[in-house]
Amino acid sequence: MSIRMKFLPAFVLFFWLCAVLLARSVDMHGNGIDLGAILAAPNAAHWFGTDDLGRSILARTLRGAEVSFVIAVTVTLVTMSVGVLVGLLAGFYGGKIDRFLMQVTDIFLAFPGILLAIAFAAVLGPGMTNLMIALCLTGWVGYARLTRGQALSLRNRQHVLASLSLGASVPRLLIKHILPLLGSILIVEATYSLASIMIAEASLSFLGLGIQAPNASWGAMLRDGVRYMLVAPHYVLIVGLSLMSLILAINLLGDQLRDKLDVREA
Amino acid sequence: MIKRLLNIIPVVFGVLLLTFLLIHLVPGDPVEVMLGDSASIADRAQLREDLGLNQPLVSQFGAYLGKLAHGDLGKSIHTNTPIVDLLKARYPATLKLACLSLLIGLAIGIPLGIYAALKAGHWQDFLVTIVSVRFSAMPAFWLGPMLMLLFAVWLGWVPVSGMDEPTSILLPALTLGFGLSAILTRMTRTSLLEVLNDDFIRTARAKGLGEKTVIVRHALRAALLPIVTIVGLQMGSLLAGTVITETIFSWDGIGRLLVESIEKRDYPVTQACVLAIALSYVLVNLATDLLYAHLDPRVKHVI
Repeated sequence: MSIRMKFLPAFVLFFWLCAVLLARSVDMHGNGIDLGAILAAPNAAHWFGTDDLGRSILARTLRGAEVSFVIAVTVTLVTMSVGVLVGLLAGFYGGKIDRFLMQVTDIFLAFPGILLAIAFAAVLGPGMTNLMIALCLTGWVGYARLTRGQALSLRNRQHVLASLSLGASVPRLLIKHILPLLGSILIVEATYSLASIMIAEASLSFLGLGIQAPNASWGAMLRDGVRYMLVAPHYVLIVGLSLMSLILAINLLGDQLRDKLDVREA
Repeated sequence: MIKRLLNIIPVVFGVLLLTFLLIHLVPGDPVEVMLGDSASIADRAQLREDLGLNQPLVSQFGAYLGKLAHGDLGKSIHTNTPIVDLLKARYPATLKLACLSLLIGLAIGIPLGIYAALKAGHWQDFLVTIVSVRFSAMPAFWLGPMLMLLFAVWLGWVPVSGMDEPTSILLPALTLGFGLSAILTRMTRTSLLEVLNDDFIRTARAKGLGEKTVIVRHALRAALLPIVTIVGLQMGSLLAGTVITETIFSWDGIGRLLVESIEKRDYPVTQACVLAIALSYVLVNLATDLLYAHLDPRVKHVI
Protein backbone atom coordinates (compact mmCIF):
# COMPACT_ATOMS: atom_id res chain seq x y z
CA MET A 1 0.00 0.00 0.00
CA SER A 2 1.39 3.39 -0.88
CA ILE A 3 2.40 5.71 1.89
CA ARG A 4 -0.44 8.12 1.20
CA MET A 5 -3.08 5.39 1.37
CA LYS A 6 -1.57 4.23 4.61
CA PHE A 7 -2.30 7.46 6.41
CA LEU A 8 -5.72 7.97 4.88
CA PRO A 9 -7.76 6.38 7.71
CA ALA A 10 -5.88 8.31 10.38
CA PHE A 11 -6.25 11.46 8.32
CA VAL A 12 -10.01 11.01 7.92
CA LEU A 13 -10.40 10.48 11.65
CA PHE A 14 -8.20 13.49 12.39
CA PHE A 15 -10.20 15.55 9.92
CA TRP A 16 -13.47 14.70 11.65
CA LEU A 17 -12.01 15.46 15.08
CA CYS A 18 -10.71 18.84 13.90
CA ALA A 19 -14.00 19.67 12.21
CA VAL A 20 -15.94 18.81 15.35
CA LEU A 21 -13.64 20.89 17.54
CA LEU A 22 -13.79 23.78 15.09
CA ALA A 23 -17.58 23.67 15.02
CA ARG A 24 -17.56 23.59 18.78
CA SER A 25 -15.21 26.55 19.09
CA VAL A 26 -17.28 28.79 16.82
CA ASP A 27 -20.41 27.64 18.64
CA MET A 28 -22.04 26.14 15.58
CA HIS A 29 -24.88 24.13 17.04
CA GLY A 30 -27.18 23.79 14.06
CA ASN A 31 -30.35 24.31 16.06
CA GLY A 32 -31.24 27.59 14.35
CA ILE A 33 -34.56 27.09 12.57
CA ASP A 34 -35.16 28.86 9.27
CA LEU A 35 -38.55 27.93 7.89
CA GLY A 36 -37.94 30.00 4.77
CA ALA A 37 -35.24 27.61 3.63
CA ILE A 38 -36.43 24.10 4.39
CA LEU A 39 -34.82 21.16 2.62
CA ALA A 40 -32.69 23.45 0.48
CA ALA A 41 -30.11 21.77 -1.73
CA PRO A 42 -26.43 22.49 -1.03
CA ASN A 43 -25.70 26.16 -1.77
CA ALA A 44 -23.25 28.92 -0.91
CA ALA A 45 -24.84 29.74 2.44
CA HIS A 46 -25.36 26.13 3.48
CA TRP A 47 -22.70 23.90 1.99
CA PHE A 48 -24.57 20.70 2.77
CA GLY A 49 -28.05 22.18 2.34
CA THR A 50 -30.71 22.37 5.03
CA ASP A 51 -33.01 19.89 6.74
CA ASP A 52 -36.78 19.83 7.18
CA LEU A 53 -36.68 22.76 9.61
CA GLY A 54 -34.21 24.79 7.59
CA ARG A 55 -31.33 23.96 9.89
CA SER A 56 -27.87 23.66 8.42
CA ILE A 57 -27.07 20.03 7.68
CA LEU A 58 -23.35 20.78 7.89
CA ALA A 59 -23.64 22.10 11.41
CA ARG A 60 -25.90 19.26 12.48
CA THR A 61 -23.65 16.63 10.90
CA LEU A 62 -20.73 17.98 12.90
CA ARG A 63 -22.80 18.14 16.05
CA GLY A 64 -23.91 14.56 15.42
CA ALA A 65 -20.29 13.54 14.96
CA GLU A 66 -19.46 15.09 18.32
CA VAL A 67 -22.27 13.20 20.03
CA SER A 68 -21.08 10.03 18.34
CA PHE A 69 -17.50 10.53 19.51
CA VAL A 70 -18.48 11.33 23.08
CA ILE A 71 -20.76 8.32 23.38
CA ALA A 72 -18.38 5.94 21.65
CA VAL A 73 -15.42 6.92 23.83
CA THR A 74 -17.38 6.88 27.09
CA VAL A 75 -19.11 3.58 26.43
CA THR A 76 -15.89 1.96 25.23
CA LEU A 77 -14.04 3.00 28.38
CA VAL A 78 -16.80 1.80 30.70
CA THR A 79 -17.49 -1.49 28.93
CA MET A 80 -13.81 -2.25 28.55
CA SER A 81 -13.10 -1.67 32.25
CA VAL A 82 -16.01 -3.81 33.39
CA GLY A 83 -15.48 -6.50 30.76
CA VAL A 84 -11.75 -6.80 31.41
CA LEU A 85 -12.33 -7.06 35.15
CA VAL A 86 -14.95 -9.78 34.73
CA GLY A 87 -12.84 -11.61 32.16
CA LEU A 88 -9.70 -11.49 34.32
CA LEU A 89 -11.53 -12.82 37.34
CA ALA A 90 -13.20 -15.60 35.37
CA GLY A 91 -10.07 -16.58 33.51
CA PHE A 92 -7.75 -16.37 36.48
CA TYR A 93 -9.84 -18.08 39.11
CA GLY A 94 -11.56 -20.58 36.85
CA GLY A 95 -13.88 -23.08 38.53
CA LYS A 96 -17.25 -21.96 39.82
CA ILE A 97 -16.66 -18.23 39.36
CA ASP A 98 -15.71 -18.83 35.76
CA ARG A 99 -18.69 -21.08 35.11
CA PHE A 100 -21.11 -18.59 36.63
CA LEU A 101 -19.69 -15.56 34.83
CA MET A 102 -19.57 -17.38 31.51
CA GLN A 103 -23.14 -18.54 32.00
CA VAL A 104 -24.14 -14.92 32.43
CA THR A 105 -22.30 -13.88 29.27
CA ASP A 106 -23.92 -16.80 27.42
CA ILE A 107 -27.31 -15.41 28.31
CA PHE A 108 -26.37 -11.94 27.09
CA LEU A 109 -25.01 -13.42 23.87
CA ALA A 110 -28.28 -15.27 23.31
CA PHE A 111 -29.75 -11.91 22.32
CA PRO A 112 -28.60 -11.28 18.79
CA GLY A 113 -26.91 -8.04 17.75
CA ILE A 114 -28.22 -4.90 19.35
CA LEU A 115 -31.57 -6.44 20.30
CA LEU A 116 -30.80 -6.32 24.00
CA ALA A 117 -29.57 -2.74 23.78
CA ILE A 118 -32.83 -1.88 22.00
CA ALA A 119 -34.79 -3.58 24.75
CA PHE A 120 -32.88 -1.82 27.53
CA ALA A 121 -33.11 1.55 25.80
CA ALA A 122 -36.83 0.97 25.26
CA VAL A 123 -37.66 0.40 28.91
CA LEU A 124 -35.19 2.96 30.27
CA GLY A 125 -36.72 5.62 28.05
CA PRO A 126 -35.05 7.81 25.43
CA GLY A 127 -32.20 10.22 26.09
CA MET A 128 -28.44 10.32 25.88
CA THR A 129 -27.75 9.01 29.38
CA ASN A 130 -30.14 6.09 29.07
CA LEU A 131 -28.73 5.32 25.66
CA MET A 132 -25.27 5.08 27.14
CA ILE A 133 -26.53 2.94 30.01
CA ALA A 134 -28.18 0.57 27.53
CA LEU A 135 -25.01 0.30 25.46
CA CYS A 136 -22.88 -0.24 28.57
CA LEU A 137 -25.21 -2.92 29.92
CA THR A 138 -24.73 -4.98 26.78
CA GLY A 139 -21.24 -3.96 25.63
CA TRP A 140 -19.09 -5.47 28.37
CA VAL A 141 -19.78 -9.06 27.32
CA GLY A 142 -17.42 -9.09 24.34
CA TYR A 143 -14.51 -7.79 26.41
CA ALA A 144 -15.25 -10.28 29.16
CA ARG A 145 -15.11 -13.22 26.72
CA LEU A 146 -11.98 -11.93 25.05
CA THR A 147 -10.13 -11.23 28.29
CA ARG A 148 -11.17 -14.51 29.84
CA GLY A 149 -9.78 -16.48 26.92
CA GLN A 150 -6.51 -14.61 27.11
CA ALA A 151 -6.26 -14.81 30.90
CA LEU A 152 -6.86 -18.56 30.77
CA SER A 153 -3.79 -19.08 28.65
CA LEU A 154 -1.68 -16.41 30.32
CA ARG A 155 -2.13 -17.60 33.88
CA ASN A 156 0.09 -20.61 33.23
CA ARG A 157 2.88 -18.59 31.68
CA GLN A 158 6.17 -18.96 33.47
CA HIS A 159 6.52 -15.38 34.59
CA VAL A 160 3.07 -15.55 36.18
CA LEU A 161 3.85 -18.81 37.94
CA ALA A 162 7.19 -17.44 39.08
CA SER A 163 5.56 -14.34 40.46
CA LEU A 164 2.90 -16.47 42.15
CA SER A 165 5.54 -18.64 43.80
CA LEU A 166 7.28 -15.54 45.06
CA GLY A 167 4.08 -14.74 46.91
CA ALA A 168 2.60 -12.00 44.75
CA SER A 169 -0.98 -11.09 45.55
CA VAL A 170 -3.73 -11.75 43.02
CA PRO A 171 -4.37 -8.06 42.20
CA ARG A 172 -0.64 -7.61 41.65
CA LEU A 173 -0.50 -10.66 39.40
CA LEU A 174 -3.46 -9.50 37.38
CA ILE A 175 -2.39 -5.89 37.04
CA LYS A 176 1.37 -6.23 36.71
CA HIS A 177 1.77 -9.55 34.97
CA ILE A 178 -1.33 -10.36 32.98
CA LEU A 179 -2.95 -7.05 32.03
CA PRO A 180 0.11 -5.61 30.23
CA LEU A 181 0.14 -8.63 27.93
CA LEU A 182 -3.47 -7.88 27.02
CA GLY A 183 -2.64 -4.31 26.05
CA SER A 184 -2.34 -4.69 22.32
CA ILE A 185 -5.33 -6.96 21.84
CA LEU A 186 -7.46 -4.59 23.91
CA ILE A 187 -6.32 -1.54 21.97
CA VAL A 188 -7.31 -3.23 18.72
CA GLU A 189 -10.61 -4.39 20.15
CA ALA A 190 -11.35 -0.92 21.53
CA THR A 191 -10.72 0.64 18.13
CA TYR A 192 -13.21 -1.67 16.47
CA SER A 193 -15.68 -1.14 19.26
CA LEU A 194 -15.55 2.64 18.78
CA ALA A 195 -16.97 2.02 15.34
CA SER A 196 -19.52 -0.53 16.47
CA ILE A 197 -20.74 1.71 19.29
CA MET A 198 -21.13 4.60 16.86
CA ILE A 199 -23.25 2.28 14.74
CA ALA A 200 -25.24 1.11 17.76
CA GLU A 201 -25.81 4.69 18.89
CA ALA A 202 -26.98 5.67 15.44
CA SER A 203 -29.20 2.57 15.23
CA LEU A 204 -30.91 3.38 18.49
CA SER A 205 -31.28 7.05 17.58
CA PHE A 206 -32.61 5.95 14.21
CA LEU A 207 -35.31 4.04 16.05
CA GLY A 208 -36.05 7.12 18.17
CA LEU A 209 -34.55 5.56 21.29
CA GLY A 210 -31.42 7.64 21.57
CA ILE A 211 -30.67 11.31 21.23
CA GLN A 212 -33.83 13.38 21.29
CA ALA A 213 -34.80 16.40 19.23
CA PRO A 214 -33.69 19.12 18.87
CA ASN A 215 -30.23 17.67 19.48
CA ALA A 216 -28.52 16.34 16.40
CA SER A 217 -27.54 12.71 15.97
CA TRP A 218 -26.65 10.80 12.86
CA GLY A 219 -29.22 8.12 13.49
CA ALA A 220 -32.06 10.60 13.84
CA MET A 221 -30.79 12.57 10.84
CA LEU A 222 -30.75 9.44 8.71
CA ARG A 223 -34.31 8.69 9.74
CA ASP A 224 -35.42 12.20 8.78
CA GLY A 225 -33.38 11.90 5.62
CA VAL A 226 -35.26 8.74 4.64
CA ARG A 227 -38.52 10.52 5.30
CA TYR A 228 -37.62 13.36 2.92
CA MET A 229 -35.70 11.22 0.48
CA LEU A 230 -38.00 11.96 -2.43
CA VAL A 231 -37.72 15.73 -2.16
CA ALA A 232 -34.27 16.15 -0.67
CA PRO A 233 -32.02 13.16 -1.44
CA HIS A 234 -28.94 15.19 -0.48
CA TYR A 235 -29.97 14.99 3.17
CA VAL A 236 -29.77 11.23 3.56
CA LEU A 237 -26.83 11.02 1.19
CA ILE A 238 -24.66 13.47 3.13
CA VAL A 239 -25.38 11.95 6.50
CA GLY A 240 -24.92 8.44 5.09
CA LEU A 241 -21.59 9.26 3.48
CA SER A 242 -20.36 11.01 6.62
CA LEU A 243 -21.19 7.98 8.70
CA MET A 244 -19.56 5.68 6.18
CA SER A 245 -16.33 7.67 6.02
CA LEU A 246 -15.96 7.73 9.78
CA ILE A 247 -16.82 4.06 10.32
CA LEU A 248 -14.56 2.93 7.50
CA ALA A 249 -11.70 5.08 8.75
CA ILE A 250 -11.95 3.71 12.27
CA ASN A 251 -12.21 0.11 11.12
CA LEU A 252 -9.27 0.45 8.73
CA LEU A 253 -7.30 2.04 11.54
CA GLY A 254 -8.19 -0.99 13.63
CA ASP A 255 -6.85 -3.26 10.86
CA GLN A 256 -3.61 -1.30 10.73
CA LEU A 257 -3.22 -1.43 14.49
CA ARG A 258 -3.89 -5.14 14.44
CA ASP A 259 -1.18 -5.73 11.86
CA LYS A 260 1.22 -3.39 13.60
CA LEU A 261 0.72 -4.87 17.04
CA ASP A 262 0.59 -8.38 15.61
CA VAL A 263 -2.71 -9.32 17.18
CA ARG A 264 -4.27 -12.45 15.82
CA GLU A 265 -8.03 -12.49 15.57
CA ALA A 266 -9.64 -14.64 18.21
CA MET B 1 -25.31 -34.24 21.45
CA ILE B 2 -27.29 -34.66 24.67
CA LYS B 3 -24.88 -32.27 26.35
CA ARG B 4 -25.53 -29.63 23.75
CA LEU B 5 -29.27 -30.02 24.26
CA LEU B 6 -28.89 -29.73 28.03
CA ASN B 7 -26.67 -26.70 27.58
CA ILE B 8 -29.43 -24.57 26.20
CA ILE B 9 -31.63 -25.01 29.27
CA PRO B 10 -29.78 -22.48 31.46
CA VAL B 11 -29.48 -20.14 28.50
CA VAL B 12 -33.21 -20.28 27.75
CA PHE B 13 -33.94 -19.83 31.43
CA GLY B 14 -31.64 -16.81 31.54
CA VAL B 15 -33.23 -15.33 28.44
CA LEU B 16 -36.66 -15.72 30.02
CA LEU B 17 -35.47 -14.17 33.27
CA LEU B 18 -33.84 -11.22 31.54
CA THR B 19 -36.86 -10.48 29.35
CA PHE B 20 -39.11 -10.86 32.37
CA LEU B 21 -37.00 -8.36 34.31
CA LEU B 22 -37.11 -5.84 31.46
CA ILE B 23 -40.40 -4.38 32.59
CA HIS B 24 -38.97 -3.85 36.05
CA LEU B 25 -36.19 -1.72 34.64
CA VAL B 26 -38.68 0.96 33.68
CA PRO B 27 -37.72 3.95 35.82
CA GLY B 28 -40.46 4.78 38.29
CA ASP B 29 -43.83 3.11 37.96
CA PRO B 30 -44.17 1.04 34.78
CA VAL B 31 -47.95 1.32 34.88
CA GLU B 32 -47.77 5.08 34.98
CA VAL B 33 -45.29 5.15 32.13
CA MET B 34 -47.44 2.85 30.01
CA LEU B 35 -50.79 4.49 30.64
CA GLY B 36 -49.70 8.10 30.90
CA ASP B 37 -50.88 10.74 33.35
CA SER B 38 -54.46 10.83 32.20
CA ALA B 39 -55.37 7.26 33.17
CA SER B 40 -57.82 6.77 35.97
CA ILE B 41 -56.83 5.15 39.25
CA ALA B 42 -59.09 2.19 38.47
CA ASP B 43 -57.43 1.65 35.08
CA ARG B 44 -54.04 1.69 36.69
CA ALA B 45 -55.04 -0.75 39.37
CA GLN B 46 -56.52 -3.00 36.69
CA LEU B 47 -53.33 -2.99 34.63
CA ARG B 48 -51.22 -3.57 37.70
CA GLU B 49 -53.42 -6.54 38.48
CA ASP B 50 -53.29 -7.84 34.88
CA LEU B 51 -49.52 -7.63 34.76
CA GLY B 52 -49.29 -9.10 38.23
CA LEU B 53 -47.08 -6.23 39.33
CA ASN B 54 -48.53 -6.25 42.84
CA GLN B 55 -47.16 -9.74 43.49
CA PRO B 56 -43.71 -10.49 44.88
CA LEU B 57 -41.07 -10.68 42.15
CA VAL B 58 -40.48 -14.42 42.45
CA SER B 59 -44.14 -15.36 42.13
CA GLN B 60 -44.44 -12.91 39.23
CA PHE B 61 -41.70 -14.77 37.44
CA GLY B 62 -43.35 -18.09 38.27
CA ALA B 63 -46.64 -16.85 36.90
CA TYR B 64 -44.87 -15.54 33.80
CA LEU B 65 -43.31 -18.93 33.13
CA GLY B 66 -46.58 -20.71 33.82
CA LYS B 67 -48.48 -18.55 31.36
CA LEU B 68 -45.72 -18.92 28.81
CA ALA B 69 -45.95 -22.68 29.03
CA HIS B 70 -49.58 -22.37 28.01
CA GLY B 71 -48.67 -20.13 25.10
CA ASP B 72 -50.07 -17.10 26.86
CA LEU B 73 -47.94 -13.99 26.44
CA GLY B 74 -50.49 -11.60 27.84
CA LYS B 75 -52.37 -8.89 26.02
CA SER B 76 -51.39 -5.74 24.25
CA ILE B 77 -52.15 -2.74 26.44
CA HIS B 78 -53.25 -0.72 23.46
CA THR B 79 -55.34 -3.03 21.35
CA ASN B 80 -56.14 -5.64 24.00
CA THR B 81 -55.30 -8.34 21.44
CA PRO B 82 -53.56 -11.44 22.76
CA ILE B 83 -49.86 -10.97 22.01
CA VAL B 84 -49.59 -14.49 20.65
CA ASP B 85 -51.94 -13.50 17.84
CA LEU B 86 -49.84 -10.43 17.07
CA LEU B 87 -46.71 -12.54 16.87
CA LYS B 88 -48.43 -15.14 14.71
CA ALA B 89 -49.55 -12.44 12.32
CA ARG B 90 -46.14 -10.77 12.07
CA TYR B 91 -43.66 -13.59 12.37
CA PRO B 92 -44.13 -15.11 8.88
CA ALA B 93 -43.23 -11.81 7.21
CA THR B 94 -39.98 -11.65 9.13
CA LEU B 95 -39.23 -15.27 8.39
CA LYS B 96 -39.82 -14.70 4.69
CA LEU B 97 -37.54 -11.68 4.72
CA ALA B 98 -34.83 -13.49 6.67
CA CYS B 99 -34.91 -16.52 4.36
CA LEU B 100 -34.68 -14.46 1.19
CA SER B 101 -31.83 -12.42 2.70
CA LEU B 102 -30.06 -15.63 3.56
CA LEU B 103 -30.44 -16.87 -0.02
CA ILE B 104 -29.13 -13.58 -1.38
CA GLY B 105 -26.24 -13.69 1.05
CA LEU B 106 -25.32 -17.22 0.02
CA ALA B 107 -25.81 -16.56 -3.68
CA ILE B 108 -23.43 -13.61 -3.61
CA GLY B 109 -21.06 -14.59 -0.84
CA ILE B 110 -20.04 -18.11 -1.76
CA PRO B 111 -19.20 -17.58 -5.45
CA LEU B 112 -17.39 -14.36 -4.61
CA GLY B 113 -15.44 -16.08 -1.85
CA ILE B 114 -14.42 -18.90 -4.21
CA TYR B 115 -13.38 -16.36 -6.80
CA ALA B 116 -11.26 -14.44 -4.28
CA ALA B 117 -9.63 -17.63 -3.01
CA LEU B 118 -8.74 -18.77 -6.52
CA LYS B 119 -7.30 -15.35 -7.29
CA ALA B 120 -5.52 -15.15 -3.93
CA GLY B 121 -2.78 -12.56 -3.98
CA HIS B 122 -4.02 -10.87 -7.15
CA TRP B 123 -5.73 -7.53 -7.29
CA GLN B 124 -9.15 -9.16 -7.76
CA ASP B 125 -8.74 -10.88 -4.41
CA PHE B 126 -7.58 -7.65 -2.82
CA LEU B 127 -10.58 -5.75 -4.15
CA VAL B 128 -13.13 -8.38 -3.11
CA THR B 129 -11.60 -8.67 0.36
CA ILE B 130 -11.45 -4.94 1.02
CA VAL B 131 -15.00 -4.39 -0.17
CA SER B 132 -16.42 -7.34 1.73
CA VAL B 133 -14.54 -6.71 4.94
CA ARG B 134 -15.60 -3.14 5.06
CA PHE B 135 -19.14 -3.55 3.83
CA SER B 136 -19.89 -6.11 6.47
CA ALA B 137 -19.35 -3.29 8.96
CA MET B 138 -21.88 -0.99 7.34
CA PRO B 139 -25.15 -1.03 9.23
CA ALA B 140 -28.57 -1.72 7.73
CA PHE B 141 -29.77 1.78 8.46
CA TRP B 142 -27.00 3.06 6.24
CA LEU B 143 -27.22 0.50 3.45
CA GLY B 144 -31.03 0.50 3.42
CA PRO B 145 -31.48 4.20 2.67
CA MET B 146 -28.64 4.11 0.14
CA LEU B 147 -30.23 1.21 -1.75
CA MET B 148 -33.58 2.91 -1.48
CA LEU B 149 -32.16 6.08 -2.94
CA LEU B 150 -30.52 4.25 -5.82
CA PHE B 151 -33.07 1.62 -6.83
CA ALA B 152 -36.37 3.13 -5.73
CA VAL B 153 -35.91 6.89 -5.99
CA TRP B 154 -33.41 7.36 -8.82
CA LEU B 155 -33.91 4.23 -10.91
CA GLY B 156 -37.50 3.59 -9.87
CA TRP B 157 -37.23 -0.17 -10.31
CA VAL B 158 -38.88 -1.15 -7.05
CA PRO B 159 -41.31 0.43 -4.59
CA VAL B 160 -39.74 2.65 -1.95
CA SER B 161 -41.36 0.82 0.95
CA GLY B 162 -44.40 -1.09 2.18
CA MET B 163 -45.32 -4.65 1.30
CA ASP B 164 -48.08 -4.27 -1.26
CA GLU B 165 -46.19 -5.45 -4.30
CA PRO B 166 -44.26 -8.68 -4.77
CA THR B 167 -41.09 -6.69 -5.48
CA SER B 168 -41.40 -4.82 -2.19
CA ILE B 169 -39.39 -7.51 -0.46
CA LEU B 170 -36.36 -6.98 -2.69
CA LEU B 171 -34.85 -3.88 -1.09
CA PRO B 172 -35.12 -5.01 2.54
CA ALA B 173 -33.85 -8.46 1.56
CA LEU B 174 -30.92 -6.96 -0.35
CA THR B 175 -30.11 -4.69 2.59
CA LEU B 176 -29.84 -7.66 4.92
CA GLY B 177 -28.41 -10.00 2.28
CA PHE B 178 -25.51 -7.73 1.31
CA GLY B 179 -24.27 -7.52 4.87
CA LEU B 180 -24.43 -11.28 5.15
CA SER B 181 -22.78 -11.87 1.79
CA ALA B 182 -19.78 -9.79 2.83
CA ILE B 183 -19.16 -12.04 5.81
CA LEU B 184 -19.75 -15.19 3.79
CA THR B 185 -17.33 -14.04 1.09
CA ARG B 186 -14.61 -13.62 3.65
CA MET B 187 -15.27 -16.94 5.34
CA THR B 188 -15.51 -18.89 2.10
CA ARG B 189 -12.24 -17.39 0.94
CA THR B 190 -10.36 -18.15 4.17
CA SER B 191 -11.82 -21.60 4.50
CA LEU B 192 -11.15 -22.57 0.90
CA LEU B 193 -7.58 -21.29 1.05
CA GLU B 194 -6.97 -23.39 4.14
CA VAL B 195 -8.36 -26.52 2.53
CA LEU B 196 -6.42 -25.99 -0.69
CA ASN B 197 -3.21 -26.62 1.24
CA ASP B 198 -4.41 -29.96 2.58
CA ASP B 199 -2.91 -33.28 1.60
CA PHE B 200 -6.08 -34.67 0.06
CA ILE B 201 -6.15 -31.83 -2.44
CA ARG B 202 -2.58 -32.59 -3.45
CA THR B 203 -3.57 -36.22 -3.79
CA ALA B 204 -6.56 -35.32 -5.94
CA ARG B 205 -4.35 -33.22 -8.19
CA ALA B 206 -1.63 -35.85 -8.24
CA LYS B 207 -4.01 -38.50 -9.50
CA GLY B 208 -4.72 -36.25 -12.44
CA LEU B 209 -8.12 -34.78 -11.69
CA GLY B 210 -9.01 -31.57 -13.49
CA GLU B 211 -8.70 -28.36 -11.50
CA LYS B 212 -12.45 -27.83 -11.67
CA THR B 213 -13.20 -31.24 -10.17
CA VAL B 214 -10.59 -30.68 -7.49
CA ILE B 215 -12.14 -27.38 -6.47
CA VAL B 216 -15.80 -28.28 -6.71
CA ARG B 217 -15.86 -31.93 -5.66
CA HIS B 218 -13.02 -32.01 -3.17
CA ALA B 219 -12.05 -28.62 -1.81
CA LEU B 220 -15.42 -26.93 -1.72
CA ARG B 221 -17.11 -29.78 0.08
CA ALA B 222 -14.66 -29.56 2.92
CA ALA B 223 -14.44 -25.79 2.86
CA LEU B 224 -18.16 -25.23 3.14
CA LEU B 225 -18.43 -26.95 6.51
CA PRO B 226 -17.42 -23.91 8.57
CA ILE B 227 -19.84 -21.87 6.50
CA VAL B 228 -22.71 -23.75 8.13
CA THR B 229 -21.67 -22.39 11.51
CA ILE B 230 -21.24 -18.89 10.18
CA VAL B 231 -24.67 -18.95 8.57
CA GLY B 232 -26.17 -20.08 11.86
CA LEU B 233 -24.43 -17.35 13.82
CA GLN B 234 -25.31 -14.75 11.22
CA MET B 235 -28.98 -15.66 11.38
CA GLY B 236 -28.85 -13.85 14.70
CA SER B 237 -27.67 -10.57 13.26
CA LEU B 238 -30.13 -11.12 10.46
CA LEU B 239 -32.95 -11.37 12.98
CA ALA B 240 -31.73 -8.32 14.87
CA GLY B 241 -31.15 -6.52 11.59
CA THR B 242 -34.78 -7.00 10.69
CA VAL B 243 -35.70 -4.58 13.47
CA ILE B 244 -34.01 -1.70 11.66
CA THR B 245 -34.61 -2.91 8.12
CA GLU B 246 -38.30 -3.52 8.63
CA THR B 247 -38.61 -0.06 10.11
CA ILE B 248 -36.88 1.57 7.16
CA PHE B 249 -38.95 -0.24 4.55
CA SER B 250 -42.25 -0.41 6.49
CA TRP B 251 -42.16 -4.19 6.33
CA ASP B 252 -44.76 -5.51 8.76
CA GLY B 253 -42.70 -8.11 10.53
CA ILE B 254 -41.86 -8.76 14.12
CA GLY B 255 -39.04 -6.20 14.13
CA ARG B 256 -41.42 -3.44 13.21
CA LEU B 257 -43.89 -4.72 15.77
CA LEU B 258 -41.13 -4.34 18.35
CA VAL B 259 -40.41 -0.76 17.34
CA GLU B 260 -44.11 0.13 17.25
CA SER B 261 -44.62 -1.33 20.69
CA ILE B 262 -41.71 0.71 22.02
CA GLU B 263 -43.16 3.88 20.56
CA LYS B 264 -46.53 3.16 22.18
CA ARG B 265 -44.87 2.05 25.42
CA ASP B 266 -46.72 -1.23 25.07
CA TYR B 267 -44.12 -3.06 27.15
CA PRO B 268 -45.73 -6.52 27.26
CA VAL B 269 -45.54 -6.57 23.45
CA THR B 270 -41.95 -5.30 23.55
CA GLN B 271 -41.10 -8.06 25.98
CA ALA B 272 -42.73 -10.72 23.81
CA CYS B 273 -40.98 -9.55 20.63
CA VAL B 274 -37.57 -9.54 22.30
CA LEU B 275 -38.27 -12.99 23.67
CA ALA B 276 -39.43 -14.33 20.31
CA ILE B 277 -36.36 -13.02 18.49
CA ALA B 278 -33.92 -14.23 21.14
CA LEU B 279 -35.50 -17.69 21.32
CA SER B 280 -35.47 -18.01 17.54
CA TYR B 281 -31.78 -17.21 17.64
CA VAL B 282 -31.07 -19.78 20.35
CA LEU B 283 -32.96 -22.43 18.38
CA VAL B 284 -31.23 -21.58 15.11
CA ASN B 285 -27.87 -21.88 16.85
CA LEU B 286 -28.83 -25.22 18.32
CA ALA B 287 -30.00 -26.47 14.95
CA THR B 288 -26.74 -25.27 13.39
CA ASP B 289 -24.64 -27.16 15.90
CA LEU B 290 -26.64 -30.33 15.42
CA LEU B 291 -26.49 -29.99 11.65
CA TYR B 292 -22.76 -29.43 11.82
CA ALA B 293 -22.28 -32.58 13.87
CA HIS B 294 -24.33 -34.43 11.28
CA LEU B 295 -22.25 -33.09 8.41
CA ASP B 296 -18.90 -33.53 10.09
CA PRO B 297 -18.82 -36.73 12.17
CA ARG B 298 -15.51 -35.68 13.69
CA VAL B 299 -17.17 -33.16 15.99
CA LYS B 300 -19.91 -35.50 17.20
CA HIS B 301 -18.17 -36.31 20.44
CA VAL B 302 -17.32 -32.67 21.15
CA ILE B 303 -20.83 -31.35 21.46
